[in-house]
Amino acid sequence: MSAAIITLPTARPSSIGIFSREVRYEFVRALRTRAYSLSVICFPVVFYLFFGILMNRNENFHGISVSTNMLAGYAVFGAIGASLFGIGVGVAGDLSAGWLELKRASPMPPLAYLLAKCCTAMGFATIIVTLLTFMGIFFGGVHINLAEYLRMVALIIVGCIPFACLGLLLALLAPFNAAPGIANMIYLPMSFLGGLWMPIEILPKFLQKLAPIFPTYHLKQLMLGVFNYSGAGRTSTHWLALFAFTVIMLSCAGYAFRRREQNS
Amino acid sequence: MTELLEAPAATQPQTAETVASLAAVTKRYSNGVVALDDLSLELHRGQIVALLGPNGAGKSTAVRLLMGLSSPTSGEARIFGADPRNTAARLRTGVMLQVGRAPEMLRVREHIAIFRGYYPRPMAYADLIKAAGLEGLENRMFGELSGGQKQRVFFALALAGDPDLIFLDEPTVGLDIEARRLMWAQIRSLAARGKTVLLTTHYLDEADALAHRIIVINQGRVVCEGTPAEVKSFGAGVSSAGSAVKIIRCVTTLTVEHLLKMPSVSSVANEDALTVITTAQPEATLREMLALDQDLHSLEVQSPALEDAFLALTKSN
Repeated sequence: MSAAIITLPTARPSSIGIFSREVRYEFVRALRTRAYSLSVICFPVVFYLFFGILMNRNENFHGISVSTNMLAGYAVFGAIGASLFGIGVGVAGDLSAGWLELKRASPMPPLAYLLAKCCTAMGFATIIVTLLTFMGIFFGGVHINLAEYLRMVALIIVGCIPFACLGLLLALLAPFNAAPGIANMIYLPMSFLGGLWMPIEILPKFLQKLAPIFPTYHLKQLMLGVFNYSGAGRTSTHWLALFAFTVIMLSCAGYAFRRREQNS
Repeated sequence: MTELLEAPAATQPQTAETVASLAAVTKRYSNGVVALDDLSLELHRGQIVALLGPNGAGKSTAVRLLMGLSSPTSGEARIFGADPRNTAARLRTGVMLQVGRAPEMLRVREHIAIFRGYYPRPMAYADLIKAAGLEGLENRMFGELSGGQKQRVFFALALAGDPDLIFLDEPTVGLDIEARRLMWAQIRSLAARGKTVLLTTHYLDEADALAHRIIVINQGRVVCEGTPAEVKSFGAGVSSAGSAVKIIRCVTTLTVEHLLKMPSVSSVANEDALTVITTAQPEATLREMLALDQDLHSLEVQSPALEDAFLALTKSN
């Protein structure tokens, strides 16, 4: 046994190269997967068209129009869809097929996989918010300047993170064939109750009181803050709520992952 | 064709360094199941080792430990002198697992590009396509491929990094005969280039044709280890390796008790009308039997098959 010959390669391929390739191909894959790309983009667009533009009766809540309010709401709705289905259903699928196992047995840095999924969801969220902004400007009478648009994009990108963590937890807990159903059962009620589908002011009073327990509510309030919405509440509270939600989801996902490891 | 079928044991280098090892590994799952029980094995450079065992014997647990996907309860797993859980230790390994589905909306060449990117010195793209028999399929979406073609893509992914240690879990499932032969030839050429291959398979002919060494495990322990020829004779109940164990099948009036008393006969069994005798000295046994029983007929003499050995070795006690 000549141990001297056995050496590990010192040269490693650049991490940036691996990460960028992983992100690029994941995004391409998601775009080509019509079941994902079409539904994730079309739902917020169509909903915004109906509830933000066609049903707009020029009402104002706290100084901003319904079409602007709903632009924020459906942008958040779109970002959550992209994250929850991209990561939740996507990872559940890779887990059940054994694909993730193969990836983990390769020298891929483990983070590259999750980061690729996360960046893809952020990419889709950016596409959605951009489409909605154009619709708002041309058909909904929304006034928005470039700085506001960019702040919305930045917020939506960061806002994907808590829901990506929720998606990860879902992927680790739910069996693959149940994952899309469960994702919808979380996604739709949480969106409605967080005030993403219609201005929160329209909801019954008790639901308005309930709304702050949902992370969707806090992300939307932050979005509304871009437009100087006076009912947005304290920014720091919303950030704290989203941060806490992220930490809880990540801890639970970590726990679920370790349990899975022990039993596998 | 005959060249492909030839057992490669003769070309086996004698002085081989240890590339990967499990040392006194016990793996107990949290539900109390002991998958591996003080199991040790070593893989040497340039060898093709086949890991055989019935379902639930601990094969996949052993392989998962070597791939760094799981940690031993006690004992130690090493590849290239390092812990396989360390990502850097895997820069010299390639893995083929039984994967149901890779992302379907990526092209074959895109999948390969991703995996080649993980390694410092990947195999040249054109060589890889050729080795895996993927010519003309590079631009197909993974989801459009047939089962055998998918299996070849997974083979390409395992070879993408030009690794020195390759884990192949049921590599030829779903392949037609021609594709299977091509993969066998590739696996042999890997070993000829000094690569180490750990193969798990349900096809015993595959282990017989490919492996320099076979490790049979059952209930988490190694029950037998050696060249295919040695394993076959172990299974036939003869411990002296290399002796010409044969299995005699015939219809005879001689009783089981009588036959067992003959020298070199290690086991006798009745299969319907046939009597099956395992002997280390077939010529002597036959001479004696023919002399004693003039009506002996339907005579057949065979070398023990790996399948018989496997069944005998893994029979639960």
